Amino acid sequence: MTTETSSLTLDKAQGSDVLLSVRDLRVHFPTDDGLVKSVDGVSFDVAAGKTLGVVGESGSGKSVTNQAIMGLHRGTNARTSGEILLDGEDLMSVSESRLRQLRGKDVAMIFQDPLSALHPYYTVGNQIMEAYRVHHPDANRREAREKTIDMLSRVGIPNPKVRVDSYPHEFSGGMRQRAMVAMALINDPKLLIADEPTTALDVTVQAQILELMVDLQKEFHSAIIIITHDLGVVADIADDIMVMYGGRAVEKGDVFDTFARPKHPYTWGLLKSMPRLDEVRKEKLDPIPGNPPSLINLPTGCAFHPRCAYRDMVPGSRCSTEDPQLFQFGKQQARCFLTEEDRAAVAENDMKPVERRGGDK
Amino acid sequence: MFAYIIRRLFSGVIMLLLISLVTFILFFATPVNPAQLTCGKNCTPALIEQNAKALGYDKPMIVQWGDFLKGVVVGRDFPDDKALAKTHPELIAHCPAPCLGYSPLNSATVNDELKPRIPVSLSIAVVAFVLWMIFGVGFGIIAALRRGKFLDKFLVGLALIFYSFPSFFIGLFLLQFVALKWQLTGVPAYTPLTQNPAQWLSGLILPAVTLALVLMAGYTRLTRAFVLESLGQDYLRTATAKGLSRRAILFKHTLRAALTPIVTQAGLDLAILAGGTIITEQVFNFQGVGKLTVQAATTWDLPTTVGVVILLSTFVIVSNLIVDILYGVIDPRVKRA
Repeated sequence: MTTETSSLTLDKAQGSDVLLSVRDLRVHFPTDDGLVKSVDGVSFDVAAGKTLGVVGESGSGKSVTNQAIMGLHRGTNARTSGEILLDGEDLMSVSESRLRQLRGKDVAMIFQDPLSALHPYYTVGNQIMEAYRVHHPDANRREAREKTIDMLSRVGIPNPKVRVDSYPHEFSGGMRQRAMVAMALINDPKLLIADEPTTALDVTVQAQILELMVDLQKEFHSAIIIITHDLGVVADIADDIMVMYGGRAVEKGDVFDTFARPKHPYTWGLLKSMPRLDEVRKEKLDPIPGNPPSLINLPTGCAFHPRCAYRDMVPGSRCSTEDPQLFQFGKQQARCFLTEEDRAAVAENDMKPVERRGGDK
Repeated sequence: MFAYIIRRLFSGVIMLLLISLVTFILFFATPVNPAQLTCGKNCTPALIEQNAKALGYDKPMIVQWGDFLKGVVVGRDFPDDKALAKTHPELIAHCPAPCLGYSPLNSATVNDELKPRIPVSLSIAVVAFVLWMIFGVGFGIIAALRRGKFLDKFLVGLALIFYSFPSFFIGLFLLQFVALKWQLTGVPAYTPLTQNPAQWLSGLILPAVTLALVLMAGYTRLTRAFVLESLGQDYLRTATAKGLSRRAILFKHTLRAALTPIVTQAGLDLAILAGGTIITEQVFNFQGVGKLTVQAATTWDLPTTVGVVILLSTFVIVSNLIVDILYGVIDPRVKRA
């Protein structure tokens, strides 16, 4: 497996506003069947106040990447390497106690299923207060409670003074996720990682939660990493996008550019498999053929080549023998050997660029 | 909550009624004439008939059951003969409520037989309970936290070894070596707690250890499984992501969820043991309820057998009720209404 030699030079210049900088992150899990390379050389930056959308199929490594940022693989049998710099501090090498200070304070996380992510035996208020008090050891119970009630009312929970004493099972799904957002934001984190925060919710509630996150982001100036397989969510709230496939980033760039001119055939596939209102209704969606690759035995060459309809456009059998690095295409990057001329030809025939919805976000 | 307890108490009483009825049916299904046992070698057909009449064994089953229930509520006299009570009050055995019957074989009410024995069985059960909860649950937690490591395999294996030995073997081994040969403890004997607590404990320790070792294995495995299940829950990831310390995560978040199901099991086991442990009491020669049960069953002492069964059932039903109420307190999702 080739390493990502290009990452340092290809990523955005390290300006002062870069909050999180991940370099060549690898998370491998030894199993009886072999080494599972869940994340294999991923690099990206997130600036303060900006939102990065991480998309990909199940098993593409998006959640594992973000759990690594939280240090959730420590103490497991996972083998990790690379650098995760948060404000210049390497989270991969900080002590366990320093990591605990950072968790929940500087980096907070929202999970997919708020019912299972909240402890069933404690009240919602108790759990939020716990998150506050662990990072404010001097705060007494009353302060923590007031802060919690304030936070609950800011995330739009009606009658927070009463609801603070409710148990998670007494909340609706949307309310639970609001409570999770309140818990994550109570310590004004610099970075908020949202792991499929709206997947378990129904559509109207999804929009509310996203809107809430955007509003609070403006207020707290936090950076957000949102993990999702819903491109609509990315289009709504993200500034940048990273598409993951087989444990690696296959395309990175600005959301507007990427949706308008995607560079990687996998991204084309993702966009084509999304229902569109601005096109003639098709009988069926176009799924990407084939299955996600095995993370133990990735295909040789480009991991996507067995499913790629355009591999024959690349001369020779380069796609199946040589692993593409992240090539720069203007401000975008993609792991693909196709030239811009090839892309133009494909776009002419198969693709219709996606207009950014609304245009004002 | 109050209404729930009342309703549960009510269903518990119904259950006890049914159990007593079933026991009575068994009583009559046996090929033994209970009146035969009232006089032993001196029996003549006339005497048997007289005793059967005096103790009510000649009445229809359902009437006898009614008499028994009446005795539980208001008490009974044996024999229930108003005329005899006036002329020879010393011949009447009064059995105050809750009366569990009269054993002609032992010439004593079942209550009087049980009274000195219940503290013995209860003491063994409680001390064993403390031991197996501390070690069984403790080992289970340690094994789960060291999953797959040496300590995990060692503790689970150790528990399994004790589990595989019959309790009479462990009991005899402890008695023979620990108490008699090496004299590490005194010879096990029962001293009432109120008389001398230290002696109470030292006399009980070996029978309690015997019981605890056998039960410990189940608890180690059960606890290990529940802790592992709890460790895989999403809410533990949330707790970690909040920045909580390992200790807070373990005690506040993991164990609270993991140990709740153990409460159910522990309550039932304690209730069953409080109703007497046959083998352990036999090995250490403790005059507990278990020994009485064996005696009664082997000598066809039917009234005593019925009484013991009712007592045991009451223990189980009451402990079930307590466990259910506790569950409602521990787990807020349990609806009490």
